[in-house]
Amino acid sequence: MTATTDQAARQETAAPSVPAIELRGISKAFGSVQANKDISITVQRGTIHGIVGENGAGKSTLMSILYGFYKADSGEVFINGARTEIPDSLAAIRAGIGMVFQHFKLVENFSVLENVILGAEDSALLGPSRKRARGVLKQLAADFELEVDPDTLIENLSVGHQQRVEILKALYREADILILDEPTGVLTPSEADHLFRILRGLKEQGKTIVLITHKLREIMDVTDAVSVMRRGEIVATRPTADTSATELAELMVGRKVLLRVEKTKAQPGDEVLRLDGLRLVDAQGVERLRKIGFSIRAGEILGIAGVAGNGQSELLEVLAGLREAEGQAWLRGEPLPLSGPECNGQARRAARIAHVPEDRHRRGLVLPFHAWENTALGYHHDPRYNPNPWRMDGAAIVADTAAKMERFDVRPPDPQLPAEGFSGGNQQKIVLAREIEYGPDLLLVGQPTRGVDIGAIEFIHQRLIELRDAGAAVLLISVELDEILSLADRILVMFDGRIMGERMADATDARELGLLMAGMEQA
Amino acid sequence: MSTKRIPHWADVTLVPLLSVFLAFVISAVLIWAIGESPWEAVKLMVDGAFGSSYGWGYTLYYATNFMFTGLAVAVAFQARLFNIGGEGQAALGGLGVALVCLYIPWPHWTLALLGASLGAAAFGALWAFIPGYLQAKRGSHIVITTIMFNFIAASFLNYMLVSFLRPQGSQDPSSPRFPDATTLPKLHEILGLFGIPFSKVPPVNISLLIATALCFAVWWMLWRTRLGYQIRAFGESEPAAKYAGISPARITIIVMLISGGLAGLMALNNVMGEQERLVLNAVEGAGFIGIAVALMGRNHPFGVFLAAILFGFLYQGGAELALWTGIPRELIVVIQALVILFTGALDNMVRIPIAKLFAIRRTG
Repeated sequence: MTATTDQAARQETAAPSVPAIELRGISKAFGSVQANKDISITVQRGTIHGIVGENGAGKSTLMSILYGFYKADSGEVFINGARTEIPDSLAAIRAGIGMVFQHFKLVENFSVLENVILGAEDSALLGPSRKRARGVLKQLAADFELEVDPDTLIENLSVGHQQRVEILKALYREADILILDEPTGVLTPSEADHLFRILRGLKEQGKTIVLITHKLREIMDVTDAVSVMRRGEIVATRPTADTSATELAELMVGRKVLLRVEKTKAQPGDEVLRLDGLRLVDAQGVERLRKIGFSIRAGEILGIAGVAGNGQSELLEVLAGLREAEGQAWLRGEPLPLSGPECNGQARRAARIAHVPEDRHRRGLVLPFHAWENTALGYHHDPRYNPNPWRMDGAAIVADTAAKMERFDVRPPDPQLPAEGFSGGNQQKIVLAREIEYGPDLLLVGQPTRGVDIGAIEFIHQRLIELRDAGAAVLLISVELDEILSLADRILVMFDGRIMGERMADATDARELGLLMAGMEQA
Repeated sequence: MSTKRIPHWADVTLVPLLSVFLAFVISAVLIWAIGESPWEAVKLMVDGAFGSSYGWGYTLYYATNFMFTGLAVAVAFQARLFNIGGEGQAALGGLGVALVCLYIPWPHWTLALLGASLGAAAFGALWAFIPGYLQAKRGSHIVITTIMFNFIAASFLNYMLVSFLRPQGSQDPSSPRFPDATTLPKLHEILGLFGIPFSKVPPVNISLLIATALCFAVWWMLWRTRLGYQIRAFGESEPAAKYAGISPARITIIVMLISGGLAGLMALNNVMGEQERLVLNAVEGAGFIGIAVALMGRNHPFGVFLAAILFGFLYQGGAELALWTGIPRELIVVIQALVILFTGALDNMVRIPIAKLFAIRRTG
C-alpha cells in the first residue's frame, strides 16, 4: 500500500517530466569566434549529466552562461520548467544552481565555516550565521559523506577536502543543481572515487548534477546521460548505458582515434642521468624534494606519476636548471651542477638536455612573439639556428621554423603568426618541435598534453616514442595517469616530495599507482 | 580578448590620434568656458609652433629633448621596467657634459660632441645603473628607487654647482660658459649648407639629428639584434626568459644602462646645444614628459619620435598661447595633462569602441 502510493507520488512528480535544466538555442560569440552555436540540451532532474568535449569545445562557456558569468547572444534557459533570466551569479544561486569551479574560489586563510557563509551571511553580525551553518554542515556531512572540520583553515586542507568545501558552499545555499567543472583534475584516484560516491548520494536525494570533464572513464563510471560538444555545438546526447568510451572519443574529435599508444618494448642503453640525494627547500622553508635518487637510461621513457603538487614540478625545474637544489647529479657520468652559475637553462641546453615545460603559456613560449621568434627561444645563441653573433638572423630562423612547422604539422604553418594565435595543441607542437629537433640526449617533458586536443595528443605521443626509439632518454612528468601508463616504460610515483615506489609500466595498473600516489607505502 | 582584434595599423595610428583629438575637444571646451575663443587658440598654437621656421625651431628643440627621454622610458619598458628616473639621469648627463666640455681642451666641436656624448651617456647610465643593480640583485623596486634618485640627483647637482663648478665670486649657481670650440652647430647652420633658410633664433641644433638617428638605432637594437630579442623576451615573460637561459639580473642591468644613457644624452641638446653651460634644473621636467611621450608612442621608437614632436608642439604652441592671449600658463599645463590622460590612462576608452567597430565590420 505505502509502496504503491510512494510510487504513484514519484510518478506524479515525474509525470509532467519537468527537466531540471533546459537550454533552448543558446548561442554566444566572442568577436568572430562562435563559442556556442544554437545549443539545446535537456538535463533530467535527479540525474548526473556529463558534458564532454575537447578544450575549446565550448563547455565552460555554456556553463558560464548558465551561471550568469556571460550573457548569451540568443536562446532561453528554463530551470525546473520556468523560463529564467540569469544576468549574474546571484540570480543563478537564487535559481538553485551551484557551481564548483576547476580552480577553487575559496579564501585560503578563512576557516571552512567562514568560507561557507561568505556571501550568505544572514546579518551584519556573524554569530547567528555561524551557528546555523555549523548545524547545516553537520547534517550535510552525515547525509553525503561530506565530512570536513568546520574550524580548519582552508590552506591546511588537502585539495580533495577543499573541493568538498566548494560543494558544501553550494549545498548550504540550497542548490538543487550542481555544476562541477573538471572536478577530478587535481584529485588522486581514491579521492575521485570518494567524490563520485558523494555525487551518487546527492543524486539519490534528488539533486541534479552536471559534470564537465574530458575524462571519458569518469563519464562512463558515474553519469546517466552524456552530451558531447565539438566546436561550440552539441553533436550528440546519449544515455550513458547506450554508448562507449570509444564512441564518445570519436564524437569529440569527429574521427577515429587511438586511445592506446602503439609502441614496441624499450631497449634501454647506457645510463644518461643519475641523481642522488636531491633535496629542495623552498623560500617558505618547506621541503619540496626529500632526498630523491633515480637514474634514467638512453632509449627509455621514465614516467613520474603523482597528484599535482607533490614535488614533480620542482624536480623538473631543478633538472632543467631553473632552480637550485642540494644533492648530486651525473650526466653521462660527468657531474652536473645543481647550483651555482653553471646551473641555468643555457648550460643545460649546451649539455644536450632539452625541456618541454609544464606551463607553455608562461614558460615555454613568449605569447606575443612570432612563431619564428619562439622557435629560437633558448637557442638564440646556437649558431646552428642563429649564425650571426649579434643580429637575430630572421631569414635563417624563419626558414628553419617553416620546416619544423611542416614536420610537426603545426597549423597554420605560418612562422610570422604570434604564438598566442595558435590553438593549445599547435602551441605545444611548436615547443616540442623546438626541443625535439635540437636532438637532445635527455628530454624533460612536463604535462605534454595538458590543454591539448585529442588529435594532437596522438601526434605528440608518437613523437615522444620516436625520440625514445632514436636513443634519447625521456623523463615524462604528467598528472594524467592514463598518459603515464600508456607512454612510460618505467614509472616512479611521487608523493610529498618522495619517491614512493618504482614499477614497470607493463606490470602495474592505475589502482596500484593510485595507492602509491595517495602515499600508501604498501600498494 | 577583444583588444587583440584591432588591426595593427589602427592600433598605432587611429587609437592615439583619436585620443589626442578627444583631449583637444575637452581643452576647447575649457578655453571656451574661460571666455576665450577655442578656434583662435588653436590657430595661435598651430601658427606659433608650425607657422614659421622660428616656431618650427622651438618645436623641434623641445621635441629633441623628449625624444631622448621618451626613448629612455620606452627601452626600459620593453623589459617591463618602469624607469621614472629620466629627470635625474638627464640631470647627471648634464654634469657629464659640463665636466667634459670644461676640463678637456677640445680642438673642434666634432670631437667635443663625441666626448660630450660619452660623458653624458656614461653619467646618465651610471645614475640608472644603481637602481638597476638594486632591482636585479636586491629586489628593490625600480619605480621607487628611480624616483628617489631624481631627488638625489637634484641635490647632488645643486651641491656640485654651488661648491665646485660655480666660478669664484659668482652669485649664480651655474657653471662657467663652455669654451667656443664646444659650440654645436645650430640647425640653421646645417640647413644653410644646403641653401635652406632657417631662423637663427631657436636653439635647435645638431642634437635633433642625433636623437632622430637614435630612434632608428633603438628600433634596430630592439627588433633586429640578439640583445633586443632577449630584452623583449624578458619583458614579455620573465619565466620564459629564464627558461631560455636569459639572466634576468643581467638584462635588467643592461637595459637600465641603455635607458639611463639615452636620458643622459638629452644634455647634448639642452646643456651643450642651448645653454652652453650647466645651470640649476636644466632638465625642466623633460624627464617626466618622456614618460608621457613613451606612453603615447606605445613604447615604440617610431611612436616616440612622433609623440615627441606632438609634445614639442604643445610646448611651443602653449608658450605662444600664453604670450598672446589671456589664457593663463596653467591652462597650457592642463591641456598637456589632458593629452597625457587621454593617450595614456584612458587608452581603453577609445580602444574598446574601436575594437567593437572592427568586430562589427568583420562579422556584419
